[in-house]
Amino acid sequence: MTENRPEPGGAPEPSGTPEDALRREVTDLESRSATAARIFDLRRIIGGLFVLYGVIVTITGITDSPAAIAKAEGVNINLWTGLGMLLLGVFFLAWLKLRPTPPPVPREDGDEHERGA
Amino acid sequence: MQTPSYAAAAYQAVELRLPTNWLDYSILAIYFVVVLGIGLAARRSVRTSLDFFLSGRSLPAWITGLAFVSANLAATEILGMAANSAQYGAYTVHWYWIGAIPAMVFLGLVMMPFYYGSKVRSVPEFLLLRFDRAAHLLSSVLFAFAAVLIAGVNLYALAIVVQALLGWPQWVAIVVAGAFVLAYITLGGLSSAIYNEVLQFFVILAALIPITLLGLRKVGGWGGLTDRLTARHGHDFTTAWGGTGIGSANPLGANWLTIVLGLGFVLSFGYWTTNFAEVQRALSARNLSAAQRTPLIAAYPKIFIVFLVMIPGLVAAALVPDIGTSASGLQYNDAIPYLMQELLPNGVLGIAVTGLLAAFMAGMAANVSSFNTVFTNDIWAKYVRPGRADAHYVRFGRLITVIGVAASVGTAFLASSFSNIMSYLQTLFSFFNVPMFAVFIVGMFWKRASARSGFWGLLAGTVTAMVNYFVFYREGIVPIPSDQGANFVSAIAGFVAGAVVMVLVSLFTGPKPAAELQGLVHGTRSPGMSEAPAAGDDAWYRRPALLGWGAIVLAAVCYIPFSF
Repeated sequence: MTENRPEPGGAPEPSGTPEDALRREVTDLESRSATAARIFDLRRIIGGLFVLYGVIVTITGITDSPAAIAKAEGVNINLWTGLGMLLLGVFFLAWLKLRPTPPPVPREDGDEHERGA
Repeated sequence: MQTPSYAAAAYQAVELRLPTNWLDYSILAIYFVVVLGIGLAARRSVRTSLDFFLSGRSLPAWITGLAFVSANLAATEILGMAANSAQYGAYTVHWYWIGAIPAMVFLGLVMMPFYYGSKVRSVPEFLLLRFDRAAHLLSSVLFAFAAVLIAGVNLYALAIVVQALLGWPQWVAIVVAGAFVLAYITLGGLSSAIYNEVLQFFVILAALIPITLLGLRKVGGWGGLTDRLTARHGHDFTTAWGGTGIGSANPLGANWLTIVLGLGFVLSFGYWTTNFAEVQRALSARNLSAAQRTPLIAAYPKIFIVFLVMIPGLVAAALVPDIGTSASGLQYNDAIPYLMQELLPNGVLGIAVTGLLAAFMAGMAANVSSFNTVFTNDIWAKYVRPGRADAHYVRFGRLITVIGVAASVGTAFLASSFSNIMSYLQTLFSFFNVPMFAVFIVGMFWKRASARSGFWGLLAGTVTAMVNYFVFYREGIVPIPSDQGANFVSAIAGFVAGAVVMVLVSLFTGPKPAAELQGLVHGTRSPGMSEAPAAGDDAWYRRPALLGWGAIVLAAVCYIPFSF
């Protein structure tokens, strides 16, 4: 605990401050990272789930009994919530349609060899 | 800020069973399927340890921003802040407008260039660069310990709520929720946790908005609500600052000075700027601009979420005047479940139940995903097994996630043997964050702070905050009227002690060489800070300064109607 020259990442670096060593290690990991290239677009999931929920809850609202409406202070809350969720889902799907996922930009070095995978 | 007032044992005496049917359970089941699907689909994006622990530093700002607010919007926060409102009234807004927004803006505008630009992968790793291995190890161990405990408390609170509302036995709820969180984090790592947090954000909005609107309608709108509450509790109950003059009594047990300094400065800055469960979301952003915008984008929903938790709390206080006493049989924490039971028909009820469960799981997942990162990167890879191939650390990260979740389940069962563990834990939580913030603020703004001062400042601050709470407050040596007030005072004491010790230690030890402080201390720069903005990031509405100051002004404006 008396040592104050840390060696981030374990492997001793030949030169430079600990900061340089860490920066090199993270830059190297970034260049091999697969997230940007392979992660799916979350807008599709949010859009899909909210359209599904919206349809289910809207239909529930249309077929709701007077008792259910009376419980919610006379508001057909299922209908309104369902329509709201449907709208949000459509918004995300439309956003995805209008501004599709940009093709992954290769980082400064590396990454190309994975394109065919 | 997470509220300390959420008493976990609240539900045991109360009958709040919700009239759920097959429709509500179908909605819940669909959500669980999607959660697992996200984990499975995110799995193929994990190749390096950076992918697993930090999403390869490649996510867009809107995703990290919503995950940032969502990681804080755990169900303990939702139920606890509604409880706060039912108990203390409109004071709750302080936890949002002064207790969150300034700190979030400070993180984005001032601290993020140092965090993100230095390429550290965790908050403790920043301390390693700025100070030394002692400060690093101490902060890593404290954080890992706190994260498991807090994940366990989320799990336990979930079990109690699910038992009360749905009638599932506690162990079933703990094992089911733990298994789902475990599955999606071990599969997809942080990407999976963050994606699920964003999804949870929208589901919880879909749950809270109908409750708020129907609740307001039931009591005759905002006018009817304030009339009822004023008649029962007096005018101050629906104002933010009424009765907070120094020396005047108010239920919060705090005056404007402790609110501004204790909550608005040290507690809030400690939580938002140094709690890795939050900061990790910003570190996973794809560039410095996106990292800076993460807490700033989060600030806008945060300003308005207060209405969705405060209004249900106030409505419950208006509808059930005896709430919180044995006369009504309802605890303050029951405010939102009570309104769900009273107002929501099947369908929306299923959405609300799903939102609450999702919020519990997200709160737990945020802690588990930050725990596995700190344990792997900062403890295992630095002190136990350094220098292995990267794949080793990905495997270890998955393994430690299993161990972390198992430990959380253990602490959840442990928590169930205490009656008021949540309020204690939230207090402990502030012990860990506030001294860390003192060390950060001194270390970032004073380049003379020596390598050794970090460790001693952290230790002194943590010990002082604990001594203030356990000795001075619990033993009654200094009279403080409430747990909340005591938390504020502990926070101020811990901050001051940490900062003073750092200055003293620095005076007696040599400074760190200037070459090792580049990009870590205010006034220096690192290569990571000067990266050119990506295409489109220079649009005026994406400028961090505009977003940040806009949030501050908006929060200040929101105070106006609550100030008279």
